[in-house]
Amino acid sequence: MSEYKRPTSEIEFEQNFAQKKPLMNATEAHFESSKCLFCYDAPCITACPTGIDIPLFIKQINSGNLTGSAKTIYESNWLGNACGTICPTGELCEGACVFNHQDLPPIQIGRLQNFATADAIKKDKNLFSSGPSNGRKVAVIGSGGAGIACACELRTMGYEVDIYEAKSKPSGLTLHGIAAYKITNQEVEDEINFLEKQMGLNFICDHPIENKTQLEKLEAGYDAIFLGVGIGATAQIGLPGEDKTNVIGAVEFIEELRKKHHELNVPNRVVVIGGGNTAMDAASQSARMGANTVVLAYRRSKEDMGAYGFEYKLAISAGIESVFNAQPVEIVGNGIAKGVKFIRTQVVNGKLESIQGSEFVVEADLVIKATGQAKQKHFLDLIDGLELDNRKKIVVNDKSFQCTNPKYFAGGDAVNGGAEVVNAAFEGKMAAQGIEKWLTGD
Amino acid sequence: MPNLNIDFAGIKAPNPFWLASAPPTNSGYQIMKAFDAGWGGAVWKTLGVPVINVSSRYGAVNYGGSRMAGFSNIELITDRSLADNLREMEEVKKYFPDHAVIASLMVETKEEWIQIIKDVENAGADGIELNFGCPHGMCERGMGSAVGQEPAVLQTIVEWVMEVANIPVITKLTPNISHIVDPGLAAARGGTNAISLINTIKSIVGIDLDTYAPYPVVDGKGTNGGYCGPAVKPIALEMVKELAQHPEIQNIPVSGIGGVETWRDAVEFILLGAGSVQVCTAVMHYGFGIVREMKAGLEQFMIDKGYETIYDFKGKALPNVTEWKHLNLKHKVVASIDNDKCIGCDLCYIACDDGAHQAIRIPDESGNRIPEIIEENCVGCNLCSLVCPVEECITMEQRDDGKQHLSWDDKTIANEVPTSFDDDRAGGKGHFVPTVQDALKHRKNNN
Repeated sequence: MSEYKRPTSEIEFEQNFAQKKPLMNATEAHFESSKCLFCYDAPCITACPTGIDIPLFIKQINSGNLTGSAKTIYESNWLGNACGTICPTGELCEGACVFNHQDLPPIQIGRLQNFATADAIKKDKNLFSSGPSNGRKVAVIGSGGAGIACACELRTMGYEVDIYEAKSKPSGLTLHGIAAYKITNQEVEDEINFLEKQMGLNFICDHPIENKTQLEKLEAGYDAIFLGVGIGATAQIGLPGEDKTNVIGAVEFIEELRKKHHELNVPNRVVVIGGGNTAMDAASQSARMGANTVVLAYRRSKEDMGAYGFEYKLAISAGIESVFNAQPVEIVGNGIAKGVKFIRTQVVNGKLESIQGSEFVVEADLVIKATGQAKQKHFLDLIDGLELDNRKKIVVNDKSFQCTNPKYFAGGDAVNGGAEVVNAAFEGKMAAQGIEKWLTGD
Repeated sequence: MPNLNIDFAGIKAPNPFWLASAPPTNSGYQIMKAFDAGWGGAVWKTLGVPVINVSSRYGAVNYGGSRMAGFSNIELITDRSLADNLREMEEVKKYFPDHAVIASLMVETKEEWIQIIKDVENAGADGIELNFGCPHGMCERGMGSAVGQEPAVLQTIVEWVMEVANIPVITKLTPNISHIVDPGLAAARGGTNAISLINTIKSIVGIDLDTYAPYPVVDGKGTNGGYCGPAVKPIALEMVKELAQHPEIQNIPVSGIGGVETWRDAVEFILLGAGSVQVCTAVMHYGFGIVREMKAGLEQFMIDKGYETIYDFKGKALPNVTEWKHLNLKHKVVASIDNDKCIGCDLCYIACDDGAHQAIRIPDESGNRIPEIIEENCVGCNLCSLVCPVEECITMEQRDDGKQHLSWDDKTIANEVPTSFDDDRAGGKGHFVPTVQDALKHRKNNN
């Protein structure tokens, strides 16, 4: 049974979607930052995909150099604010904090990070500027974490960069793909505006790149092209009844919720299919939208779920129920889904098998599929010589992030198959440096 | 139950915890509250010709998450009339006849000294403290530390006072002097009944980076203040020891002042010979209630050690405070890391490698952050155990058999100490030191 009342106003929505990592106040930041040990070769740095010098930025907060602290963060990660909020810090930097080894709570690195970056954004501190023009041009396709990071890094080196975005606003999944209690729309937009102003980013929105002609034009007009295209819409799973009207993909659901907030109508009975972090977000958010029963169904055991433990716990604490070892076989109903028929599964000799005659139906007014996103294979196949691996991820050099077609570089979900924003931020930055190396022969 | 009563140069008090002459003893109201809270005595805020104080009076040194590790003030002696102070003093003594009320005094002329001593005696004060310590303001007018820094003047004034005083006299010394024994001896020769120290240390606690003026800032300017608080305890302890070990001073009771905040601090002062302690900053930070911790801790210490009064352990550490030349060069300790407790912060490693003697290494296997002591390089300096954030993780273990004793003094007599710049008898001879080029191995490869 969900614990949340259905939000009927923006205020109620904000209450139900209270930020998991709210901004620290100055006193909190002072005391929290004073606890950092300034470890040698600190494990938190190693655990951060972008390698932020965490002890340094924390020390800078404590010594009253807040602007310097933000600079330290952004020097390693162009999405420093979003990552402080969104990152699964308990699995990364905070999980590596040495305090864990003495059963002490780890330093709240993510929140300290936001304390510094939010201040710089709010005060519009000029931390960086674009480098003197080097006469070279790069097209970035996609304005998600990878694209923005790549563009910012290129700008510091004096590149002219155009960022093509299919949607009407930049951000990609940094905004659209993240649960609303992890970051607010405003925060994402503020950081992007901050970077746009500072780095002179040229976003070309409502401009999808989807055909060969467009690609050829880009290839002719730019010295290099960065693919930050992410992965696509929720994939079809080939379930009978999947086409019914009230069956939606998790990514689409999360994006809709982001746009409509309390105005999105989530019915009383929701079934979420899947066991990854996106499934947890979708389930948790359905509960927060006031659905009476939210059932998370996964075909394997609880231990086999791809989601982080803390994400599952968060969903449970929001009042969802879970069903394990349940494989969906059909979405039932007449034109409109009325429920999902599952069959029980068990693992026999390491293989997942259905148990005959164990079918059961969970009633639902909304079915959310969190079963993975389709890859952009169709689009990527338009690029000559662009190799994809057997999971349809773009093959890149692991240092330069250069594709098999040397004019192309790539990073983010399109390369890693779907990871955190922080991974995208790192890969975009690395790709920019790869582009510089390739073009200058350095 | 231990008995905390003291008899300090004839001044009796229910315990050795006294308030130092300072803002917390500015009024009878405060001193009454303090006695109710458990303080054994109070030295009244210095009386004299009342002053005019400035606005913005205190500054502090904060450390990490801690406030007021050091504290500075530019407040002067009392700015209230003598009559008001005396009336309140009399009233307090009525309520608390068994608690020690000591009048701190600071005046200029002999006539003034004679008059004010009579006044405070009439008000019922149990003792007098001569304020020869204030390092700001009053000294510019020839009082406070200006007296404490001139042993001859100090002795003269003590003599004036001793001629007329009928109650015990404590002479309070300033630490703003290169050799504390000089004013100590002067006080002793002047006939003082007791000595208290230290007064505050001349200081600038910081500079405002916007107004470019020292804290506390008074309308764009500042002045040196008097520094106190936990940070000054080591200086105070050493000075108390200097006096307590001096043959001509050691029989004079000493009241220890400087950074006392916990029972442990108080016990340390007593172990170095103090017969009472005086506290100010801790009260300005936490209020009079802080004495609960001090009294309870002192009592527990005495129970644990089997002491009945503080005189059972007063001065007990003094025989162990010696000169460097008498320390045993044969004593050898090395660091030992408890691998089960280590959290892998590696502060010990970098402290040793950058700041000491290169006796700790990190194993050359990825993911293993538990450092190892290189015993043959370890000089037993303690640094690693001091930086380690984990309780009892790094300990110092004795490696000599404890049977041999050889000091620098012994060696000097035996003509075994190094005498030339490249003497083979140097202690570091043969000790491992990395080559200059070894430093290059630590360069970060930016490519």
